[in-house]
Amino acid sequence: MNSKPVLNRLAKRRLIITAAIFVAAVGLIVYGVYSGEASEVYQKAVHICLECIGVG
Amino acid sequence: MKERKRHLIQAASSLLHNPHLSNFLTGKIHQGATKHICVPGLNCYSCPGAAGACPIGSLQAVMGGRTKNISYYVLGTVLLFGVLFGRLICGFVCPFGFVQDLLHKIPSPKPGLPKRLDKTMRWGKYIALAAVLILPAILTDAYGIGAPYFCKYVCPAGTLEGGVPLAIASEAVRGALGFLFSWKMAVLLAVIAGSVLLYRPFCKYLCPLGAIYGLLNRFSAYRMKVDDNACVHCGKCEQACKMGVKVTQNINSAECIRCGLCKDVCPKHAIKSGFFIKE
Repeated sequence: MNSKPVLNRLAKRRLIITAAIFVAAVGLIVYGVYSGEASEVYQKAVHICLECIGVG
Repeated sequence: MKERKRHLIQAASSLLHNPHLSNFLTGKIHQGATKHICVPGLNCYSCPGAAGACPIGSLQAVMGGRTKNISYYVLGTVLLFGVLFGRLICGFVCPFGFVQDLLHKIPSPKPGLPKRLDKTMRWGKYIALAAVLILPAILTDAYGIGAPYFCKYVCPAGTLEGGVPLAIASEAVRGALGFLFSWKMAVLLAVIAGSVLLYRPFCKYLCPLGAIYGLLNRFSAYRMKVDDNACVHCGKCEQACKMGVKVTQNINSAECIRCGLCKDVCPKHAIKSGFFIKE
């Protein structure tokens, strides 16, 4: 039995999942930036994180 | 790709993650606009040299805040990195992975864990990921704020890149050190000792970022492939793999960091890697 069509089908399915995750990721980033999360990240990142360095 | 070349790329990436070297002397951290952006590797944003934001720290910071229980921006960024590159980021980009690679070069016995224990412990990184995603949102204080528990109690990258340099450079930080710092130093020393003996123990057993990228390895645009027609099943690839991947059975396993060692040792050049390579 030829397994190539099965492989192609699996590869195609994987490609669709890859594309779906990519689109979802871009959508999440856009929504996150739009709702001000990048600024929240910035605020946390420009101050010393006391928990991260083991102080508090 | 030869190991030496990979280490040069890792060194360049570590420098790109941390270009503000003069801050190590002053004990300050960078406050520029690049800190809006999450970096792909595990790199503490309290490292004096850090240019960007740590994705794991940011994820917990937003989720532990009063207003949100989920961080769309950070999750999206990590998913984007993961779906494009998978654990190629662990192998080539992550500064803390590079540190472990260098530590493992220190001459010493390299015993390896018993297979069963190793397999069980690999679940640790998924437990860490669950803790990162859940704890800051549910374990909150009276003001509704959740701590970044992974950063606070586990992350050795934060201690190495943030805690130690800041404690050396700043008297104020030194004065504030207590039990938590001692605990985090113990974790860091355990990871350092473990990295000399075992290959990348933090990546294998504890890293929540590696867990996300590992889950996306199967679907990432960058992938690896074994040409079944060329493979002679000599087993050299599996002997060479330091992450314990069964290369001929599941080359895009969640454990593969795409270091390319298997490719280098294959006598038949049966292993290929790249973006969107054909199955």
